[in-house]
Amino acid sequence: MIRDITLGQYYQADSVIHRLDPRTKLVGTMVYLVSLFIFTGPWVFVTAASFLLLCVFLSRVPFSYMLKGLKPILFILMFTLVINMLFTKGTVLFSWWKFTITEEGLKQAGAMGFRLVLLILGSNLMTLTTTPTRLTNAMEHLMRPLKLIRVPVHEIAMMMSIALRFIPILLEETDRIMKAQLARGADFESGNLIKKTKSLVPVLIPLFISAFRRANDLAMAMEARCYHGGKGRTQYKPLKYKGRDFVAYFMVIIYLAGVILIGKFL
Amino acid sequence: MKIPSFLQIKNLKYEYIRRDEENNVEGITTAVDDVSLDVKEGEFIAVLGHNGSGKSTLAKHINAILFPEEGEVILDGMNTKDEEKLLDIRRTAGMVFQNPDNQIIGQVVDEDVAFGPENMGVPTDEIAQRVEESLKTLGMWEYRNASPNRLSGGQKQRVSIASVIAMHPKCIILDEPTAMLDPRGRYEVIRAARALNEVEHITIILITHYMEEVIHADRVFVMDKGKVKMEGTPREIFSRVEELKEMRLTVPQVTELAWELKKAGLRIPDGILTREELVKEILKLVSSRTGVSSRTGVSS
Repeated sequence: MIRDITLGQYYQADSVIHRLDPRTKLVGTMVYLVSLFIFTGPWVFVTAASFLLLCVFLSRVPFSYMLKGLKPILFILMFTLVINMLFTKGTVLFSWWKFTITEEGLKQAGAMGFRLVLLILGSNLMTLTTTPTRLTNAMEHLMRPLKLIRVPVHEIAMMMSIALRFIPILLEETDRIMKAQLARGADFESGNLIKKTKSLVPVLIPLFISAFRRANDLAMAMEARCYHGGKGRTQYKPLKYKGRDFVAYFMVIIYLAGVILIGKFL
Repeated sequence: MKIPSFLQIKNLKYEYIRRDEENNVEGITTAVDDVSLDVKEGEFIAVLGHNGSGKSTLAKHINAILFPEEGEVILDGMNTKDEEKLLDIRRTAGMVFQNPDNQIIGQVVDEDVAFGPENMGVPTDEIAQRVEESLKTLGMWEYRNASPNRLSGGQKQRVSIASVIAMHPKCIILDEPTAMLDPRGRYEVIRAARALNEVEHITIILITHYMEEVIHADRVFVMDKGKVKMEGTPREIFSRVEELKEMRLTVPQVTELAWELKKAGLRIPDGILTREELVKEILKLVSSRTGVSSRTGVSS
């Protein structure tokens, strides 16, 4: 059922990684992603991969589940590999008709491939172990300094969480409208791309009208419950760093130092 | 000594003005026209009316979502025109709306219940307490970690009521809370409202067009075309079947049956509300005619 879709693909489990503060996970993931790009070299990738493996192991998310996350990028991955292999100049290893494969090309392709895979797996691990709510909460906290330059941090976070709440509802609504239009003889399948796009107009217009109506209702409901912006608001589940978060930060720092050392001297 | 009433609505008037693209007035609809009513603390009030009778507009005035054009609304000593009192008014009178999907803000049930207290600046420990207490009152505690999308309509409305209860209001306005629910959901919601009224002594103002739901109210107001046309106990209201029918309101089945029987010449009193009452009256009639004791087989 369409109602059951979960955004951000949260995987329910009870593990150290799940229980970490979302801010720790967010910062850790950022550091990890950056670490993938500052150095290139087989040992750097080995370090990064083993660090990730350790985290996956700790998170108790099945490895097959993690690999599923790679499916959507399979095409991009292949594309990058081929492009890098064919269009990097250097010592020719192998040549056939107009295609030449060079040593540098292979290295480059390997590095890019590893990078992409680790990048996706790393960020997937975060979304698999953190609910969207907690993630939004973490972003609100981490962006707080931006309030000084008048970025409406609270409002952005509120919009994000409302969007997350309403996406499944609007999807269901789309489904309902499409069925209603099909029952009236609408045809969404045949014709070329332009015709298909045009046939979506009778779905989009009712959907927009209903979305605005919902927005209006929701705003009224929020006001009725004393919502008046972020001022003077308290929190039900405030984020609090615990011992394990400091340990996690420490490990991330060690990992980063390791990557820098290995990248420089190996 | 006269006890000042909890809610006082004096000569309230509100118009919806339709404008065309150049901002010229196209037409004026008077949604609420010179309505006055008094509600005492702890009462269960029902406002009945057909679609477009102005009952929802009236409800939105009580917790200062709309402001009167003429007349005034005084809730627990606070005038809704007083902007400084806005938040106090809204925490005194909580509101539950019609569409369950459009009033749940949290992605998880307990977060939604916490939304009101968070806005009011209640300390964190107390929010947790309030969330637990109000979810338990509505029997939704076991669903605290569920996504609202997975609940039934009746359950969603109960969460909405719990969310209002968590703000510790003195009064709850239910604006057609059952219009989008199935009979089971309707029963759940109405039972919850009655329990809150009887146990917690919270003033309930129920806006509805289902006649069955107003049977248990202390007082009923019937609205039509922006005006209050009838006022009284449910029994008084339901004895005026013909007037109700003129306002396109349907009376409960039992009441209508009793009324038809009376029209056909049987001696049955006005304002029958439940099946048990009708059975009793008919048995009384039968026994008076045939002399058979009515003690046998009184069951619904």
